[in-house]
Amino acid sequence: MEAHGQGAGWSGWRTQVALAVLAAGSMTLAGCISVNAPEKPIVIELNINIKQEVIYRLAADAADTIEENPDIF
Amino acid sequence: MGMTMTNKTKTWLGNAAIAAVLALGAASAPVLAQDYAAAKASGQIGEKVDGYVGVVGAGSADLRRIVDDTNIKRKAVYAEKAQSQHVTIEEYAFATGCTLIAKTAPGEKYQAPNGTWQTRTAAAPQRDSRCP
Repeated sequence: MEAHGQGAGWSGWRTQVALAVLAAGSMTLAGCISVNAPEKPIVIELNINIKQEVIYRLAADAADTIEENPDIF
Repeated sequence: MGMTMTNKTKTWLGNAAIAAVLALGAASAPVLAQDYAAAKASGQIGEKVDGYVGVVGAGSADLRRIVDDTNIKRKAVYAEKAQSQHVTIEEYAFATGCTLIAKTAPGEKYQAPNGTWQTRTAAAPQRDSRCP
């Protein structure tokens, strides 16, 4: 009887694990839905690593460069 | 009679040779500043987001030559300036591109952040959100 009781305990634990797996699965599914690609086309990612502060810092120097080289700008 | 013919033939050959040399010279002629300016003003080439120029539409061999020549020269300038500013060539080029697009004149072409070619109007151009 004791062994049977232990068995029942195991199956209870297994049920919990199964429920947890199911819950995790449904959460993953929900996650998939939320990260769907946006409808708008993704803009150029080439410059994704260029930080705004760098661009701001370079603005004045870039303007000088343009003025110094009128034949190519 | 024979002498006249020979002279005529020589003259013709001479003219053909001169024409051939001129044609060859034209094909490999350096890109002139006025060619670049004309292509830009007519909207056949445009300013890209990355700080370089691009051919708008199908283009031609001449336009591609102008664009390539300009971009090589630009990259050399960007490389030098980037080094002095301790930034990457891409960063310097991009920062310059922000200003170049802002400075386009109405009728000139520029690339919008979504990659499409736009014609500059009197209104402010569409620029990357990181542009000053």
